[in-house]
Amino acid sequence: MVQQTDVLIIGGGVIGCAVARELSRYDVSITVLDRAWDVAEGASKANSGIVHAGYDAVPGTLKAKYNVEGAQMLPALCEELGVPYRQCGALVVGFSEEDRGTLETLLARGEANGVPALRIIGKEELLSLEPHLNPQACCALLVPTSGIVSPYELTFAFADDAALNGVRFRFGAEVKSVERLSDGSFEAKTEHDTWRCRILVNCAGASSADLHNQLSPEKKKIIHRRGQYYLLDRPVSAPFERTIFQCPSAMGKGVLVSPTVHGNVLLGPSAEDIDDPLDTETTQSGLDSVMDRVRLTWPDVSLRTNITNFSGVRAHEEGGDFIIGPVAGSPGAYEATGIESPGLSSAPAIGRALAEMISHEQELVRKERIRPYEKPPIPFREMTPAQQQEALEANPLYGSIICRCEVITEAEIVAAIHRPVPATHIDAVKRRTRAGMGRCQGGFCSPRVASILSRETGIPLTEVTKNGGNSYLLTGTLTENAERSDRT
Amino acid sequence: MNREHVDILIIGAGPAGLASAIAAREDGIESLLVLERESQPGGILRQCIHNGFGLHRFSEELTGPEYAQRDIDRARELKIPIECDTTVLSVSPDRVVTCISRENGLRQIEAGAVILAMGCRERPRGALCTPGTRCAGIYSAGTAQRFVNLEGFMPGQRVVILGSGDIGLIMARRMTLQGAKVLACVEIMPYSSGLNRNIVQCLQDYDIPLYLSHTVTDIKGRERLESVTVSRVDERRRPIPGTEMEFECDTLLLSVGLIPENELSEGAGVSISPATSGAVVSDSFETSVPGIFACGNVLHVHDLVDHVSSESFRAGHAAAAFVRSEKRESVFLFVQDGEGVRGTVPQKIQLPPAQDVTLMFRPSGVFRNASAVISCGGKELFRRKAMIFTPGEMASYTLKADSFAGLDGSEPLTVRIEKGAE
Amino acid sequence: MEQMITCINCPVGCRMKVTLNEAKEVVSVEGNTCPRGRKYAMQECTLPLRMITAVIPAEHSATPLSVKTAAPVPKHLIPQIMKQLRQLRVSAPVQMGQVILPDICGTGVNLIATRPLPADQ
Repeated sequence: MVQQTDVLIIGGGVIGCAVARELSRYDVSITVLDRAWDVAEGASKANSGIVHAGYDAVPGTLKAKYNVEGAQMLPALCEELGVPYRQCGALVVGFSEEDRGTLETLLARGEANGVPALRIIGKEELLSLEPHLNPQACCALLVPTSGIVSPYELTFAFADDAALNGVRFRFGAEVKSVERLSDGSFEAKTEHDTWRCRILVNCAGASSADLHNQLSPEKKKIIHRRGQYYLLDRPVSAPFERTIFQCPSAMGKGVLVSPTVHGNVLLGPSAEDIDDPLDTETTQSGLDSVMDRVRLTWPDVSLRTNITNFSGVRAHEEGGDFIIGPVAGSPGAYEATGIESPGLSSAPAIGRALAEMISHEQELVRKERIRPYEKPPIPFREMTPAQQQEALEANPLYGSIICRCEVITEAEIVAAIHRPVPATHIDAVKRRTRAGMGRCQGGFCSPRVASILSRETGIPLTEVTKNGGNSYLLTGTLTENAERSDRT
Repeated sequence: MNREHVDILIIGAGPAGLASAIAAREDGIESLLVLERESQPGGILRQCIHNGFGLHRFSEELTGPEYAQRDIDRARELKIPIECDTTVLSVSPDRVVTCISRENGLRQIEAGAVILAMGCRERPRGALCTPGTRCAGIYSAGTAQRFVNLEGFMPGQRVVILGSGDIGLIMARRMTLQGAKVLACVEIMPYSSGLNRNIVQCLQDYDIPLYLSHTVTDIKGRERLESVTVSRVDERRRPIPGTEMEFECDTLLLSVGLIPENELSEGAGVSISPATSGAVVSDSFETSVPGIFACGNVLHVHDLVDHVSSESFRAGHAAAAFVRSEKRESVFLFVQDGEGVRGTVPQKIQLPPAQDVTLMFRPSGVFRNASAVISCGGKELFRRKAMIFTPGEMASYTLKADSFAGLDGSEPLTVRIEKGAE
Repeated sequence: MEQMITCINCPVGCRMKVTLNEAKEVVSVEGNTCPRGRKYAMQECTLPLRMITAVIPAEHSATPLSVKTAAPVPKHLIPQIMKQLRQLRVSAPVQMGQVILPDICGTGVNLIATRPLPADQ
């Protein structure tokens, strides 16, 4: 079917959603397409969740510019959107005199990029700040403005705000090809539809170079770099207050050990180049390589409390920098290509910059009224008893606890299913509410969440999926199964 | 929020909670309340529809629901109030229990004594760090059991089972009987932790192969599970390259161990034993926090519900005695795990014991023709020979109260397994 | 004829060798360490018996009804019994112990409910 939209954004990751949110303030019709069955299903859901302060990127690069700008925007933005964010600080830890030299380079870069309050500290101060750190550490760059954020919740907030202001989201819509037509408009083909648009925005992450190359004579190449992680259960007391990076060395970039905004401990990532960006599996060798390096930071690490492993694939463009702006040779097309770390930190700044560029060049008119964003209610478990009482009186579904590990109520799950970009499967509910994120990993709550999804969306339980497509949970009722097996 | 008061509050209406409530009521405790998060009492037994429960306690073989019903009926006879659909959010060290339900909202209940009977949960895939994709079709065996037996749905058609614990074995048969094909049961240890009876009647009866010293080393499938790779492991449980076998399947069931569910206990400040992952308790099942008791699978994972019930009756009696302020001298004899023994419960015994003391533990390996020996200082208090000790079967021995005569707690009691001649 | 049987009575799991004559009668049992093992081996070689448990969909109840054979039934009849059982439907309410199907597959054994199943409200 032929579909029309003024602006077509390809990719519903954190960048695509940030752009969508900014553009939703203008009087144009906007559609976001994503191959998956929710936003944030690519690298946006599977990364370290770090808001980098900006000492890492080489001064003068787009990475440096957007990182510093984005990191400055995020605290207020997260507050406004109700996204978990914490400025926990970071340490880049050195283990040798050679490392000290590298740290000084980072310090100089950071200062050139305008990162405040950077300081190199010695062993004694370092170990008093982080007593679980390997005592062989000798120095560190202290980065007070480094933060942590929930990357998928940031994406959901951008997407919900955009949807609330008229942006359409279409899932299961992988763009197979794009073309600039002779009239200057664009045509993007998915399996079922042909989308026609005046303005095309390529935020396709892993596929961004493919789309770029269909539109531009200047060819780009993305290297798919997979990173694998361990996620440990919420400890009684956090082993590390800050994000701990290892000093980059000839041995590689090192891995991080970091608290997450939800109080878990994250270990990773590995780095391996792969062919297919959808290969988000974990491997024994990848996981082992993470653990080998984690022990350098945290000798006492134990996997007894590991609750899950995951991997995400970074879109590393060969040139090494972000590519942001109009697509060369294709007026009306814009892109954010090769967005890897510090892409999450940069997302709000990239969204704002692209929207400003597009609205200016395409003469978009600002809407008179913007629907104010409604923050998701604070999680029940974080409410005071008085707030809990009040919530219960307003909605008795708060009285039924669905996820034991994370104490998530039915009210929160129902709310997630009815958000502007609705949760339509188990993983979507999980990432919006944390039901199933805890130490039993959904063993207890997933049948219950499935029932609620079935009830709220009116689909049979057998059609509820883990994350859309063919990821069904059940193969039939006992009766259907019996009929099938008795026939054969 | 109004504060209510009860003499004994019991968290969980599974077999442990019900037995402890019955015991306390039989001891004359009038003010008693059982809180249950599910919509019906009975706990995990509700979904264990197979038979084999109750041989010790009732001298007959019952199914899980039948076993549970006997306690539910008895609790009704005794007019024990059980509030279902009610989740406990926290327990404070001074025994104020905060709970929530749709019907009654948020409540705080002060209890003279609290009995923790929350049971246990299954270890997830993350506990094994099994690599591969994170597709649909991977369930813990208990989750699959719930889908089949309580909701009437099939989680899959072609199944591999990782772990040979009893729930995994039971589900192998259950899925087969409902028309699924179970391709393999894979166990990383060189022995199964399941009962022989289940290996014969759940696997061999249906020609399902059991691969000992094997584990799942890869999981494939982007949306729904498509296949798993199974490899042999060495003595250190590391996969041996070149031994991979591929099974095309849409379902992987995990039966890789149970963990006592002690979040509430920890919140109350109860000390947890690293060996059992349950509370450290005395012979009266009192935890490190006075007036808070623990029994059943939340204390240590049992293999027979009969033992859960007998332990919980004792805990219920002890809680009743506590409420009636029957304080005893607090000289403790500490119990330690010796060779071949892991997770002995109780971890301490009040001297002199008011009654006979049952010591329960898990053998740390398979020992044939060995003896369980309980001693203190140079003095041997107990010795019992057995043809076999296995980690899959909890050992349980009762010592007469008078066998502790003369002990003053200055030296610990040691429980060990003495290897016999092969 | 010889048959190997693993005893299920206790964790020892004795491996027993049962010798049968041409009339399929037990001639000898070796390898057992107790009389219970011998008895089990003889039964298992002549007419192995199993309990069957299952659930049956119920009208007026979202939860299915759990059932069992009131006594063990011949093992070789399991496929036949399951086939019959899979076609059953019950209607809530049901009492625990209620006979759901008498004399299943001519075994003389009844299929009974193992729980009370109230009708949903």
